[in-house]
Amino acid sequence: MSKPIQGFFGYARIEPGELSMITFTEVNKWFKELHVLKDINLHVNQGEVVVVCGPSGSGKSTLIRTINKLEPINSGTLIVDGMDLSDKKADINRLRAEIGMVFQQFNLYPHLSVLKNITLAPIKIRKLSKKDAESDAMALLERVGLTEKRGAYPTQLSGGQQQRVAIARALAMKPRIMLFDEPTSALDPEMIGEVLYVMKDLAQSGMTMMVVTHEMGFASEVSDRVIFMDEGEILEEAHPKDFFKNPKHERAQQFLKEVLSPMH
Amino acid sequence: MDAGFDFSVIWRNITYFFIGRFPHGALGGIALTLYLAVIACVLSFFGGLILGMLNISHNRVVKYVSLAVVNIIRGMPLLMVIFWMYFLLPAFMGKTVSESWTVIMALTLFTSAYMSQIVKAGIDSIPRGQTEAGLSSGLYPWQVMVYIVLPQGLRNMIPSFVNQFVSMIKDTSLAFIVGVSELTHVATQINNRTIIYPTEIFFFIAVIYFIICYAFTSLSRWLERRLAWRR
Repeated sequence: MSKPIQGFFGYARIEPGELSMITFTEVNKWFKELHVLKDINLHVNQGEVVVVCGPSGSGKSTLIRTINKLEPINSGTLIVDGMDLSDKKADINRLRAEIGMVFQQFNLYPHLSVLKNITLAPIKIRKLSKKDAESDAMALLERVGLTEKRGAYPTQLSGGQQQRVAIARALAMKPRIMLFDEPTSALDPEMIGEVLYVMKDLAQSGMTMMVVTHEMGFASEVSDRVIFMDEGEILEEAHPKDFFKNPKHERAQQFLKEVLSPMH
Repeated sequence: MDAGFDFSVIWRNITYFFIGRFPHGALGGIALTLYLAVIACVLSFFGGLILGMLNISHNRVVKYVSLAVVNIIRGMPLLMVIFWMYFLLPAFMGKTVSESWTVIMALTLFTSAYMSQIVKAGIDSIPRGQTEAGLSSGLYPWQVMVYIVLPQGLRNMIPSFVNQFVSMIKDTSLAFIVGVSELTHVATQINNRTIIYPTEIFFFIAVIYFIICYAFTSLSRWLERRLAWRR
């Protein structure tokens, strides 16, 4: 492990280590008759950035939503940050506080200002004082370049700004894992860059991240590993260089062709 | 026969219309109507909120029992509920309950059942993503409800609440059936006593009901504007 350097988000920079954060073992999930996750085996270490891609309906969103139990699994074991999610007695709220999640539709609270959006959970769950929570929130807003929007309401912001606030909101809980569920898919093209920029800096600060995305540029530049899913299965798991240069699975080749040059 | 109207009957009985025999006897008239309406309004707001949340409970027993209660009450005429309360409440409580409170309880029960469905629809109208965002940040389900879903849902519910409350204000007139001397009852008494002025008397109380309901609607429209967040 290299010497820790202060990262962009104030976290000590950690090289991907051996400390295991997320482990799927033979995980299955059904929606009624539909088998959405098939025998998933996956291991993510602390500090790793894993991109999950695949055609729509492949189960990639479901996969990352099982990590904070927004979707419960039906069989297999899933261990996140040392907690077994198949254990009925597991304190799921405690775990969720350690996992930040960023959604495709931002899901900011429209009745609260930007600042209140960010400070709600830290005040209620981390029991921070309003003053401390607000100074933390301001620091995060500075990182995502939105300090002047502290008093604005979500609907007064552009999509890109909303998503950056959503990232700041997730980071306010000082999570150990960040999940991104297609964070740029609902954005206008000119706003994708500002969100990816924030995510890239977060990745470089050593945050453990799982990112469902079609942004292949982000995957190749930032991720440590790319996972390709189709029809509920993990078909390929590779270093981004290998994945983009030389995808092994036929469906991955097809997918890359369509994503990288849609018109061919 | 004199074809003209003589509204002096109203002025001659104006205090009786407004406050009944008060302060020498029980409160009545418009004041009692407002008293019934305001208390039943507040109680059924909370009643509806609680019933509505029980309706969407994840506990099946709680959910289906509360849904059954709602459906039974909605399937009964209000007059029936008032009679039920009138005869059953003393038996349950083991002591006599004043007619006013009998009517308040009946109105509360009846209106809560309808309010619960407004609450349920209001909560359903909040996108699932709001709940997911709250839960994923570590908030407990009740905190997500109190800090995220209800504040947004209640604003959507205001227009339907107002409808329900306006119809409840008018329903207080049914209290006369168990002898509560609210506005309609007082009007009937005066009409029985004076005999020849039914048009004037019932026109007058119609205007009063309209004024009360219109004032309430205006107040809530103002409230709605105050609470509207930037869209």
